[in-house]
Amino acid sequence: MNRTLYLGRKRVGIELRQFFRDRESAIFNFALPMILLVIFGSVFAEQSVGFGDVTFSQYFLAGMIASGVLYTSFQNLAIAIPMEREDGTLKRLQGLPMPKASYFLGKVGLVFVAYIAQVTVLLTVGVLFYGIDLPSSAGKWMTFAWVSVLGLLSCTLLGLAFSVVPKHGRGASAIVAPIVLVLQFTSGVFFVFNQLPSWMQNFASIFPLKWLTQAMRYVFLPDGASAIEVSGSWQLGLCALVLIGWTIGGFILAMLVFRWTPRGSS
Amino acid sequence: MNAISVRGLTKRYGDLVAVNDISFEVGQGECLALLGPNGAGKTTTTEVLEGFRHADSGEVRVLGVDPRHGGLDWKARLGIVLQADRDLGDLTVREAVRHFAAYFPSPRDPEEVIEAVGLGSKAKSRNDRLSGGQRRRLDVALGIIGSPEVLFLDEPTTGFDPAARREFWALIESFKAEGTTILLTTHYLDEAERLADRVAVIAGGRIIACDRPSQLGDRSDGIARVSWIEDGRERQSTTDSPTAYVLALAQRLGGEVPQLSVHRPTLEDTYLALIDDLPGGES
Repeated sequence: MNRTLYLGRKRVGIELRQFFRDRESAIFNFALPMILLVIFGSVFAEQSVGFGDVTFSQYFLAGMIASGVLYTSFQNLAIAIPMEREDGTLKRLQGLPMPKASYFLGKVGLVFVAYIAQVTVLLTVGVLFYGIDLPSSAGKWMTFAWVSVLGLLSCTLLGLAFSVVPKHGRGASAIVAPIVLVLQFTSGVFFVFNQLPSWMQNFASIFPLKWLTQAMRYVFLPDGASAIEVSGSWQLGLCALVLIGWTIGGFILAMLVFRWTPRGSS
Repeated sequence: MNAISVRGLTKRYGDLVAVNDISFEVGQGECLALLGPNGAGKTTTTEVLEGFRHADSGEVRVLGVDPRHGGLDWKARLGIVLQADRDLGDLTVREAVRHFAAYFPSPRDPEEVIEAVGLGSKAKSRNDRLSGGQRRRLDVALGIIGSPEVLFLDEPTTGFDPAARREFWALIESFKAEGTTILLTTHYLDEAERLADRVAVIAGGRIIACDRPSQLGDRSDGIARVSWIEDGRERQSTTDSPTAYVLALAQRLGGEVPQLSVHRPTLEDTYLALIDDLPGGES
């Protein structure tokens, strides 16, 4: 067990170096929310979302932080692991005296560190340039913490599972990015959620992102803004249930389908 | 006890029998080279020994352990150099070698290993900027960092220039001198001749010859081919007593024999003859 943790820690270090040095992954998984925040925040800066003086940039920041969960975990892993399967990374690791759990710990560590760094930058930009108020109550920060953790865990496990779908490392981003984009459009990231058609709202409610954005709005918007939620409330309990459900489901799925070798090489 | 022992190993992929009832042994500290055409079953055999693939039948032991059940302690005693990979591109040579040292209970000193494989001046280079030969030497560095008792080398010198290959051979010989058991897969006959104590020729999933490089096939028969020019025509003859033959020839021709050469079959000649003799043109 000690050895698993020791090597897991080593893996986190090496994963982080590779993540930030790989230009594509650093831009696509890490810098993208910041770029989008600057663009959307500038274009729709003062546009109202239908509650008091809450602006779209504030609404959008919550959506970008929720998206950050998806980018650093699901999108990152579902693109990187098919490449690792193809370029020999996973085969090399299999030949080493390394418990397989250390590899997964390395991925979890990478995801958490990348997310924390990303959120820190997003919040700094939001506070400095878009007039976003950080929550003042410890309760909201607690909510922020558990929502982030559950979101990262569920989407990490789903990323591990989904990594078996792309046939080739090179084409992985073309499969994964549209999925993330569709979820963002339907989950209240790019549009105000209660203005979407109800079939779209229902579709989005199946997946974690809708619940993540909603919970992030609870954290970063004034309390009364629940008035513009579809149900008129923040539904934090339901959010927790959905995320726990996806974490359990993602775990089972990842255990069942994760592969160390490319398809067709028994 | 042998470091590697293989009895009746068979491995199928669907209808294709990749390895067909192969048996061989590699003694402690010995270097065995596996030679054979592409698709002959060399890599499959190696990968079964490394634990990447499971045999359909047969008994395989590496350091006394069935690779199918080889745990982490067993893996810690192996060094594996797979066929060329492109991973670790975003790290430097030094970062990669240091990182891989962490997996092993008693690793070699990373700096010494980097020097030994001749990458001392490249230690701070990103791996994706190394040349083909340098990249391969990094793979070897990662294979030996754990001071393995058994070292698997799968086509280690592909892409090397001749000078780099000779340096590499000297490196492998130093591991042999330390008692490392080596299973070498290669397409280079001179490499096998220089490094291997024994060579096994695999074709069509079977071992068709296994012996010391100097004894393989008909090389031990002492048959030599003598060739010369006589009456403006190229002549040649095969004989098992070339010295006497040349003496007689010199007497008959009255002195210097034009264009005289005495040629003994090289390992390559012998290897190609073995492959050619196969039924059904398996090469």
